[in-house]
Amino acid sequence: MKFNKASKQILFFLFLLFVWWLVYKLRIWPVWLFPSPLNVFNTLVKGFASKKFLIGIAISLKRIFLGFGISLLLGTTLGFVIAKIKWLREATEPFILGLQTLPSICWLPLALLWFGLNETAIIFVVIMGTILSITISVKGAVMNVTPALLNVGRMLGAKGIDLYKQVIFPAILPSYVTGIKHGWSFAWRSLMSGEMLFISAGLGQLLMMGRELNDMSQVMAVMIVIILIGVLFEQFVFGNIERGLRRKWGV
Amino acid sequence: MKLRINNINKSFRNDSGIVPALSNVSLEAKEGEFVCLVGPSGCGKSSLLNLVAGLEVPDSGSIDVQGKTGLMFQEPTLFPWLKVKDNVAFGLKVAKKDDTKIDEVVDYFLKLVHLKGFEEAYPHELSGGMKQRVALARTLIMKPDVLLMDEPFAALDAQTREIMYRELQEIWRLTKKNIVFVTHNVREAVVLGDRVAVFTARPGSIKKVFKVDLPRPRDIGDLEVIKISNEINKELKEEVEKVIKEMETHEV
Repeated sequence: MKFNKASKQILFFLFLLFVWWLVYKLRIWPVWLFPSPLNVFNTLVKGFASKKFLIGIAISLKRIFLGFGISLLLGTTLGFVIAKIKWLREATEPFILGLQTLPSICWLPLALLWFGLNETAIIFVVIMGTILSITISVKGAVMNVTPALLNVGRMLGAKGIDLYKQVIFPAILPSYVTGIKHGWSFAWRSLMSGEMLFISAGLGQLLMMGRELNDMSQVMAVMIVIILIGVLFEQFVFGNIERGLRRKWGV
Repeated sequence: MKLRINNINKSFRNDSGIVPALSNVSLEAKEGEFVCLVGPSGCGKSSLLNLVAGLEVPDSGSIDVQGKTGLMFQEPTLFPWLKVKDNVAFGLKVAKKDDTKIDEVVDYFLKLVHLKGFEEAYPHELSGGMKQRVALARTLIMKPDVLLMDEPFAALDAQTREIMYRELQEIWRLTKKNIVFVTHNVREAVVLGDRVAVFTARPGSIKKVFKVDLPRPRDIGDLEVIKISNEINKELKEEVEKVIKEMETHEV
């Protein structure tokens, strides 16, 4: 029998649910540590019905849009500037690569001291976790534009800002969207770690609240929500734009 | 004189020092003349085109071009995100010409290169020959007075190339452009050119200029074309052998 990709995936998902349910039935761990799929589903329904989850999602999304938006703006600008100015590129390279290896949550103590326990601190952490990944991808993409394409653009009269608008920016668009997708996943991870360590509403805090109340159903339900939001943006929003562009560009 | 190249010298810097590319090159082209440059690879014939196009500056000597130049490369290098019609319109859009005017002109040039009906296609949907035609239309639409072509058909298959020879001769007849055409294919040069200039091995200089006084349209299989090609080949062979010898001594 032959299955298409979607039915394989659904079958595997059902299999996972079954294993989960089986482990639950075997009573290896107490119910409060290992709830059944149905318990978690009920918590999800309750969470959405009481608007608790919706408020958490709204707060987290507001933060990520703000933090990610600022990162996108600054990171892109910085990427173009570094690609353009050789000495700046060479001078900053080790700093940028070094800072990029620093897990974003390491910025939290500094952010708390500078800004205090507030929104600014958490958005700062998101920005620091995201901005350089976008800078690096924009810089790489701009440097990778084939010189022949630039020559053709110049020969046809595109100079200065026109060359950026008509040639360089469209040329890097597919890799730019890939960079944005990675940047978004950095931002999402930074935000979740920030929200968990530093109590201030949002999905990360709902997750920690589940822990404090010994409510494993809530922990798992919130994890599922976090996964779903991640999949929604990475695969559906950015993934689809990326695939569409690549098809159109023929790459 | 549409184009006058006066005693050009040009060298490049690479890892092992300064490499002279062109030495005392002088060439003139009359209004509407089709001049082909042939020579062994690396002889600097492409550099000469870049100099004429103004992409590079000669070390000494001068280049006078009456009017604008348009340069076409071996690779079509189309903008992959633009449809055929927008690739062709690119230069006019950058120059902020009126949209309805642009559509008219694009239409004319697409007809000229036989791409009517492909306006809405993207470059990756086209064959190599079609891409090169888009590149030609995109260059011609800028109304260059001198069209510079750097081995534009080298990457095409033999059949497509022969079709392109016929089309280019026809386009040249219709537009009366000055064309300077670089190739390493002697037959191609004889089919297309009014004159064929043979380059020496590096540093390139013009060894001999052949006049091709044959009726058009010419074909790659015409006996007269083959005869003149053989003469030019004799001249060229010495230079190619020099290049081979030089490579051998380098290996030792």
